[in-house]
Amino acid sequence: MTDAVSTKRAGSSGLGRRILIAIPYVWLLIFFLAPFVIVLKISLSDATIAQPPYTPLLDLSAGWQGVVEWWNGLDFENYTLLTEDELYWVSYLSSLRIAVISTLLMLLIGYPMAYAMARAPKSIRPALVMAVILPFWTSLLIRVYAWIGILSPEGLLNAFLLWTGIISEPLYIMNTETAVLIGIVYSYLPFMVLPLYASLEKLDESLLEAAADLGSPPWKAFWQITVPLSIPGVIAGCFLVFIPAVGEFVIPDLLGGSETLMIGKTLYNEFFLNRDWPVSSAIAVLLLLVLVVPIAVYQNVQARQLEGKA
Amino acid sequence: MTSKRLLRTLAAACGLAVGLAGQAFAQSKEVRVYNWSDYIDEQVLKDFEAETGIKVVYDVFDSNEILETKLLTGKTGYDVVVPSATFLSRQIKAGVFQKLDKSKLPNLANAWPEIYQRIAKYDPENAYSINYMWGTTGIGYNVDKVKKAFPDAPLDSWALVYDPANLKKLKSCGVMLLDSPEDLLPSVMTYLGLAPDLTNVKDVEKAAEHLGKLKPFITKFHSSEYINALANGNICVTVGYSGDVFQAKTRAEEADKGVNVEYVIPKEGAQLWFDQMAIPADAPNVENAHIFLNYILKPEVAAKASNYVSYANGNLKSQDLLDEAVKSNPAIYPTPEVFQRLYTVPTVEDSKVQRALTRAWTKAKSGR
Repeated sequence: MTDAVSTKRAGSSGLGRRILIAIPYVWLLIFFLAPFVIVLKISLSDATIAQPPYTPLLDLSAGWQGVVEWWNGLDFENYTLLTEDELYWVSYLSSLRIAVISTLLMLLIGYPMAYAMARAPKSIRPALVMAVILPFWTSLLIRVYAWIGILSPEGLLNAFLLWTGIISEPLYIMNTETAVLIGIVYSYLPFMVLPLYASLEKLDESLLEAAADLGSPPWKAFWQITVPLSIPGVIAGCFLVFIPAVGEFVIPDLLGGSETLMIGKTLYNEFFLNRDWPVSSAIAVLLLLVLVVPIAVYQNVQARQLEGKA
Repeated sequence: MTSKRLLRTLAAACGLAVGLAGQAFAQSKEVRVYNWSDYIDEQVLKDFEAETGIKVVYDVFDSNEILETKLLTGKTGYDVVVPSATFLSRQIKAGVFQKLDKSKLPNLANAWPEIYQRIAKYDPENAYSINYMWGTTGIGYNVDKVKKAFPDAPLDSWALVYDPANLKKLKSCGVMLLDSPEDLLPSVMTYLGLAPDLTNVKDVEKAAEHLGKLKPFITKFHSSEYINALANGNICVTVGYSGDVFQAKTRAEEADKGVNVEYVIPKEGAQLWFDQMAIPADAPNVENAHIFLNYILKPEVAAKASNYVSYANGNLKSQDLLDEAVKSNPAIYPTPEVFQRLYTVPTVEDSKVQRALTRAWTKAKSGR
């Protein structure tokens, strides 16, 4: 009896819903999965001087024979290469380290900003949000170039510090890891502030009032009420900045020095300097695994926790 | 969480969609040219359009690697591209280009045999390409800053930048080197007295190791930033391409802030490079491409182009039509004695050798 009812429901309204759900999946299939499969395929081939510069791996025109040959010739030498040379591991780790440090810095800077915005009078909040978004109206490249103008030995910062007499020799910030961190923190800060602001703004102020009525000092109320309630915003913000920061290429290329090894640069070298599309594809696949697997696991755990609560 | 997931997907999709952007279809009365940025007198293109009625669609790139990647991917939609000879050689082997129909290029008679003979190392019998410009890889420096930091500097020698004791004195005023092993390591090898052959992995490693010792004194490795840095006075010495240093000199003069830039071809010898015009195998307008190449081979056109970019060209007949400032500048048109000391570097083809080269380079730069 109950079965019949549920089938009927699915029959009438289900089709439209399924189409609606299918749209994002088709989108993912075309723009994410298909290119990924191509990259995965290239990562299993060998580099050669040709157009395109890798051996055609799977020859479908040869039919079954082609598939057999492909299977027999299959090796993972591009992946084993990545484990043999420490360069790749060092690059992955250094990218992760820079991304972690810059994410923490952004959290430290972004949280007070978002908090102040959320506590500002309602009438000026849209203007503050606007101010956070405003830098995006200028190209990222130009903004990073502006930092070259600020940080270089003859730049604005050094000119100012020398003028005030705080320093007597120009500071060498440009072309160091510090410059890369400054660049990443500056460029991605809005992505941290906006989700934090969204979660802090929703916060029910009567909870804080209640805490105050019950004698809780403001810092304790902040720590026990505001912070836990803003955790979703913190997580969203951290993911939003951490993921692109790991793969960042432009900022370390322009602001960093030669000792700043990052995986984006290593991938660029493999692809453009070595013309080794297979190895660079292998690096990209591995990077995706390094990033996606922990996030997928995390989301799974979180989803289960939510279910548990409900 | 859903909105975040969507955002992430969008970001991934945008990045990939750029690569999928299609090529527009070709029209019969046009020629699509893909050349280096800041590398032509716009008037040349206008004159060409007026004379032939063929519309020039002109795009620019800023590194051989970008061009090579496009060519190797295929279906660029371009009719004329301008790779450097070392890259061209490999691209010919990859089957990227078509042979030129020399019956359609009567102006090849103006070519400079000495230059074309050197190019034949990369493009046997000059079958696939014509020369657009050529130049050297040498030292660019800020005259006053170097004088101040290091009064008796050996300005005519690689020792200026590759002797650690010398470079140490220049550290404080800024040093930038080309971020390209193919263009920089040969000069280090020359300084060390080794033959500039990049397929010799042992010598390459020696040169890279030497470079590693210099690293503490080097501000940055970059292949284009040095133009502005030199012009602004942010650095005082660089190893770079002749024309780029001249460009820095021009910019410094325009800015008029008392920055005085010079270029020198070191006495030990320097690397010659050639930028070649070639026609991709899948070019949509082959006929027009030949008309364009033949036009570029006219002496007065080549002279006009050289006068504008301050590079030498491979057109012998154009030399009478050059500006005196270009023609008489030995850093652009070296004297015969100096020319004898200029060398070419064979192209690296083996992918294992190439990786060893890039690896030695990364090691020298990063200390890993």
